[in-house]
Amino acid sequence: MAHYLDFEKPLAEIEGKAEELRAMARGNEDMDIEDEAEALDRKAKDLLKDLYGKLTPWRKCLVARHPDRPHCQEYIDALFTEFTPLAGDRNFADDHAVVGGLARFNDQPVMVIGQEKGNDTKSRIKHNFGMARPEGYRKAVRLMEMAGRFGLPVVTLVDTPGAYPGLGAEERGQSEAIARSTEKCLEIGVPLVCVVIGEGGSGGAVAFAAGNRVAMLEHSVYSVITPEGCASILWKDAEKMRDAAEALRLTANDLYQLGVADRVIPEPLGGAHRDRAAAIKAVGSAIAGMLGELKGQSSEELIAARRKKFLEIGSRGLAA
Amino acid sequence: MNWISNYVRPRINSIFSRREVPENLWSKCSECGTMLFHREISDNLNVCSNCNHHMHITPRDRFFSLFDGGVFNEVEVATPIADPLQFRDQKKYPDRMKAAQKKTGEKEAMLVATGEIGRTPIVAAAQDFSFMGGSMGMYVGNAIVAAAEEAARLGRPLVLFSAAGGARMQEGILGLMQMPRTTVALQILKEKKLPYIVVLTHPTTGGVTASYAMLGDVQISEPNALIGFAGARVIEQTIGEKLPEGFQRAEYLLEHGMLDRVTDRREMRDELIVICRMLMKQTPPTWGDLPAPGPDNLVEAPKE
Repeated sequence: MAHYLDFEKPLAEIEGKAEELRAMARGNEDMDIEDEAEALDRKAKDLLKDLYGKLTPWRKCLVARHPDRPHCQEYIDALFTEFTPLAGDRNFADDHAVVGGLARFNDQPVMVIGQEKGNDTKSRIKHNFGMARPEGYRKAVRLMEMAGRFGLPVVTLVDTPGAYPGLGAEERGQSEAIARSTEKCLEIGVPLVCVVIGEGGSGGAVAFAAGNRVAMLEHSVYSVITPEGCASILWKDAEKMRDAAEALRLTANDLYQLGVADRVIPEPLGGAHRDRAAAIKAVGSAIAGMLGELKGQSSEELIAARRKKFLEIGSRGLAA
Repeated sequence: MNWISNYVRPRINSIFSRREVPENLWSKCSECGTMLFHREISDNLNVCSNCNHHMHITPRDRFFSLFDGGVFNEVEVATPIADPLQFRDQKKYPDRMKAAQKKTGEKEAMLVATGEIGRTPIVAAAQDFSFMGGSMGMYVGNAIVAAAEEAARLGRPLVLFSAAGGARMQEGILGLMQMPRTTVALQILKEKKLPYIVVLTHPTTGGVTASYAMLGDVQISEPNALIGFAGARVIEQTIGEKLPEGFQRAEYLLEHGMLDRVTDRREMRDELIVICRMLMKQTPPTWGDLPAPGPDNLVEAPKE
């Protein structure tokens, strides 16, 4: 059963009707409904084009959070071989919100690290809905450090509502852990390429995304605060999230214009969840492209270029 | 009309004019409610003489009491593009900026200066919570970059006083990008093996804590300062229980190993002198009331 977002209701009706027609016809050989069903399919496709052609920033947030959207582990399984997960921060625990380990990308050994949200109630709880605790960031630091030492490029997949706001997380130094992870991103002498595949939630995302190259899927978002949070602070009304999403400029295209994202990866019509294989393939070729751009650069060049990139961010605003 | 009414009276009036004294001679400690005389407060660095509550202090006032003889040179900070996102909530961002500038008399939420503390040359940066909650936007990022570059150029320690709710929402992703940006600036210091000392003041939260405010070689906090990543209300909503007494306060963080020290504001200057001089392998400090550095003892900045 497909999961429809609120603004997709009209689409759900049309697709539901087509589905019903076909189900009826399966029980009755004489019925010829295919023409009618195909007409409905065309109508659905047109509507989909229409809806996704002009997604508002708030709707992009909803698509980025879509429960059926492919998540980190699915990308790893499809795009990497010999994935060997490595666990733990050697200090306190293993944080399942962060998945990472050695793997091969197009036969080249790399370190892949990402935030995993989970796909059903059980796995969502296991992965804490993609909200990492300090141990998750410290695991990432450990893996990046190791990759740096062995000269392996690092690929990160960013998809988190934000760092976990919890009692223990604060006690064990959530802020310090995030700061160290960002610091490590900027320190390693190997290529670091990052893809925002869903939600880039504030500091929790930055800690994984201070790389040489940052790509964003077309309908992913990356923001200083959730639109709901921003609305409740600045508008004093969490229901103003649509206005906040608009004002925050959190879409992939905005970030590309601002020089924060280096490339925008187009998504299949109707979002990554409607054609997972195509979305995953597009992310794969973006990773290959970005790693290719960085090939042959020395450690010093990679570090210097990464620093320059972040120091220069903000030197251009959005075109009015 | 004679010279007395023309000259003497206005002079006498001007000596006793109302402008000579602050509008509020007395203010109330926000913690214990004691009425405090303004001179008593400023002499005590805005610490309540009854309950030791550390009240807000502006970066400028802090620098007056921090540097020898109150003498410091402001470091120029590059002005970023104004309102890069054309952000507008209930108010326009430029209007909020103007209001904050009017309220504080400052250009932005961070002040950077060079000077000497106990004849120890340092670069200092201080964040102003009264300026839009001290929020970290591009200007604050530029200020930290300028402070780190100046410290690296002069070969001095950088002492940073943090105070902020977090990244500036009105600059959206560009506010957030100050986390990696300031981290790059600190790496420049790290490579030059220059000390970076953070003094966390009330409150320091969000993206500021999760970047430059937690990356110090030495982490000191003023007593009872609120320091954390997530807001207490958000945490309570998430975990569905009340938070323990003193949660996210300086002493709590010290107890959990997140800080080196919690130090009273009135002892901070001496402590910074001692720490900076040891890390810079300088001779022990000479204590006493030092005059402002004069032309004879001014340290010349090395030319590039």
